[in-house]
Amino acid sequence: MKTKWALFVVHFLIAFVLIGCDKIAVLDPKGPQAQTQANVIWLSIGIMSVIVVVVCAILVFVLVKYRDSKLPKDYEPPYIEGNRVVETIIVIVPILIVAFFSVVTIITNNKVEATPQAYKGQDPLIVYASSSNWKWHFSYPEENIETVNYLYIPTNRPLEFKLYSFGPITSFWIPQLGGQKYAMSDMVTTLHLAADEAGEMMGRNANFSGVGFAENSFYVEAMSQDDFDDWVTEVKETAEPLTEEKFQQLLKPGHLGQLTFTGTHLPFSPAPEGEHAGHNHGKDGPKADTNGNQEHDVHEHDTSTS
Amino acid sequence: MGYFSRFAVPHPSPAIYASMIAIAVTVFLIIAGITYFKKWIYLWDGWITTVDHKKIGIMYLISALLMLFRGGVDALMMRAQLAVPDNKLLDSQHYNEVFSTHGVIMVLFMAMPYIMGLMNFVVPLQIGARDVAFPRLNAVSFWLFFMGAMLFNLSFVIGGSPDAGWSSYFPLAGNEFSPHVGTNYYMISIQIAGIGTLMTGINFLTTILKMRAPGMTLMRMPMFTWASLTTCIIIIFAFPVLTIALLMGTMDRLFATKFFTITDGGMDMLWANLFWVWGHPEVYILILPAFGLFSEIIPTFSRRNIYGYTSMVASMVLISFYSFLVWTHHFFTMGQTAYVNSIFSITTMIIAIPTGIKIFNWLFTMWRGRIRFTVPMLYCLAFIPLFTIGGVTGVMLAMSAADYQYHNTMFLVAHFHNVIIPGVVFAVLGASTYYWPKMFGFVLNEKIGKLAFWFLVIGFCLAFFPMYITGLDGQARRMYTYSEDTGFGPWNMVATIGAVCMAISFVLIVYMIYYSIRNAKKEAVSDPWDARNLEWATHTPVPEYNFAIIPQVNSREAFWDAKYKGHPLFKGDYEKIHMPNNSGVPFLMSLFFFALGFGLVFSMWYLAICGLIGVFICMAHRSFEQDHGRYISVEEIKETEAKYGGTHK
Ligand code: HEM
Ligand SMILES: [Cu+2]
Repeated sequence: MKTKWALFVVHFLIAFVLIGCDKIAVLDPKGPQAQTQANVIWLSIGIMSVIVVVVCAILVFVLVKYRDSKLPKDYEPPYIEGNRVVETIIVIVPILIVAFFSVVTIITNNKVEATPQAYKGQDPLIVYASSSNWKWHFSYPEENIETVNYLYIPTNRPLEFKLYSFGPITSFWIPQLGGQKYAMSDMVTTLHLAADEAGEMMGRNANFSGVGFAENSFYVEAMSQDDFDDWVTEVKETAEPLTEEKFQQLLKPGHLGQLTFTGTHLPFSPAPEGEHAGHNHGKDGPKADTNGNQEHDVHEHDTSTS
Repeated sequence: MGYFSRFAVPHPSPAIYASMIAIAVTVFLIIAGITYFKKWIYLWDGWITTVDHKKIGIMYLISALLMLFRGGVDALMMRAQLAVPDNKLLDSQHYNEVFSTHGVIMVLFMAMPYIMGLMNFVVPLQIGARDVAFPRLNAVSFWLFFMGAMLFNLSFVIGGSPDAGWSSYFPLAGNEFSPHVGTNYYMISIQIAGIGTLMTGINFLTTILKMRAPGMTLMRMPMFTWASLTTCIIIIFAFPVLTIALLMGTMDRLFATKFFTITDGGMDMLWANLFWVWGHPEVYILILPAFGLFSEIIPTFSRRNIYGYTSMVASMVLISFYSFLVWTHHFFTMGQTAYVNSIFSITTMIIAIPTGIKIFNWLFTMWRGRIRFTVPMLYCLAFIPLFTIGGVTGVMLAMSAADYQYHNTMFLVAHFHNVIIPGVVFAVLGASTYYWPKMFGFVLNEKIGKLAFWFLVIGFCLAFFPMYITGLDGQARRMYTYSEDTGFGPWNMVATIGAVCMAISFVLIVYMIYYSIRNAKKEAVSDPWDARNLEWATHTPVPEYNFAIIPQVNSREAFWDAKYKGHPLFKGDYEKIHMPNNSGVPFLMSLFFFALGFGLVFSMWYLAICGLIGVFICMAHRSFEQDHGRYISVEEIKETEAKYGGTHK
């Protein structure tokens, strides 16, 4: 009776999962990085299922065979210290699995942290994506335009997102293009993505950042380079310029719809990188390191958040 | 008005007003009840001033169950809110407060004290000791935990709850983005409870190392004792990090220091690092004792010794060491290089190896055994496959490239509930049922227990497996609502139904206790399960001195050998027994800590300073106090033992 029920539930679940799978965002990648990640996910689901099945099989076998009610009355379990061979096997097999996964993780880490293989050598589109409570600002420095809460990107071209935040830590995430990365106030992080095909996608802040967090999402559309160029031209012709004053208003906590500007906020409110970084150490900031003087480490956005 | 306005809840709701009234009424009823039944003296002499590890253990368990209730109500509120898309039941601010308090309460004020309670009750009995090494300190630990928990819960009705998550990341948790006192409560109440935990760690490490019965070498210690030993070591190394992190956070909030601020060179990433340098070991502080409990229950109900004792011990020691080398896996996405992520990815996966070894050892313990399906055993049997699923999803999360997709989603939420509920919660529930007869002298009702078990297991699967899917589909954690067209709706409804099943299970457990108290045969059997270790060698209820004669150990299962192989456990004659005196100072001191904490939360310096002075006075009092304990005479022992029908020899 119980087993029947269990079987029913398992079948039901498997069917449910299989039907749903091709629509699951992370497993329906639209770019090389998300593809890499989906591959890792499927690979690990596969190997891990084997482990789960083996454990369950042994469990069921033991329970069926050695249950009290099935055993002869006078059966007395033996004293077993352990067994060298068995114990070696249960050590070696997990070690082999982990060794295999270690290789996979090293390879894939290097993949997702670099320009996608297929688009190497191409000139990347650089987008500065910064978050403020509870909006995303996308600055296109080369095109010299800026959008709020929506992101247009060309397909078949590497994308380099420069992430930082005007407030709490947020996490920039477009599931179908690739996994997330934090945006923080005192440094710029880089996320390498690319889109293989045109289409609309969901992007959001994945890291809890306060009252407006749930709605802190943005719209993403990937389009051909030509369409993208047309859009840029159109923006330049129609959108208003982004002034410092206007930008300060945008930073105020709250939600805004989708906005478009010419110019970016980077000239008057530079990203926290290089000499503007909060923790100016290492190669980029010799001044801060040599004399310990942090005075030039002014965060441009200090004024804006207060 | 101005003075009292600081105590107002900044974002009130009918639920909060209702709770205020409920709390006031409950407190009044409790006080009236105790007075009416003239129980003040009993409470004071028997419980509040006690230094007896068994009573302290039971007080931990009661508090933990209360906190489980509070955390469970939080969970139900969250699930109710997420059940359908665009739900308006809770607004964003309330939802944020609810998931923050849920996390803190479940980890720090439910799971931790539950484990501490079982450690308190079981470890001294298991090693054949009469108490812990520092009984007075043990009472201080308990009362600090208790006052920390009370202070934290007070935030709900006075001043407002914390709302920055249980990980309380800065700068979100800083004054700029969390201006009200909620996060002060977080910093200070965890600090107070954490000091207690650290002292428990030191206390039990000393107890286990110094107070074992003659003949019990380290490699003859029962599994739960080994688990507690490794846990104490983790506590001793991990909790000071939390202490410092919380201190820095408190200073940022109260004294305008700039450790984690956005401006003036503060570093928000530092908090995340410090938090997880404690936080990851913390999850192993929870799971290792749980492993120990499973390793007690499974052999008993398989009628076999534990398989692969040495590898069980070795894997726990390895886990405790490795737990300090993986913290970065909680923020693979913070922008470090592929090289750094690869290292932490590999160390994280390595931890899964000893964990896997333990799972196989439990399976082989049952192999060729004689398995009885009692309630405690059922929890173990459900634990094995479910925890395996949680563990392998952990390994999936450990692959950092893929973690970019899992991180901050419901997939992660599913993972950690999948290890913590089948791991820790099943362990403590199973173990409470298992040790219940030793604590209270009667066995809990099996039928209701099994029903509760099935509700819990099925509820768990329904509640958390859908989250793996919605997580992969892009449902971020901590979102108070989602729109219809995301398609998360049906899955979330399933999860809510699961949560309701789990709530029913909790109600059934309470009913089981009530029913058993009324109906169970109080026959006071000392060894109802035919168990194997020393904790079952004493009488039930356990006399205050635990063992009239300290047992002699010459194998890993001395009690089993005594029962079936004629090993003499209790040799020699009664001698007078030295016992510690009760003391009210630990309770008093924790009250001062409470005042100190409350004062700090609201920046009421005079109160904080008075509290601090009180704490120091208590410590000074202890330093100068002449208390050499007392002796139980041989006559008294003989009398007590006679009542139990003599010492087994
Ligand atoms: C079997 C080995 C395990 C592995 C490989 C593993 C791996 C991981 C990883 C990589 C994360 C971070 C994921 C992310 O934030 O993106 C994580 C989170 C977590 N794990 Fe595990 N884990 C294991 C076992 C456990 C156990 C036994 C517990 C507790 C009893 C546990 C509790 C947690 C918790 C509470 C979190 C997340 C906390 C938060 O972000 O709020 N894990 N685990
Ligand atoms: Cu961890």
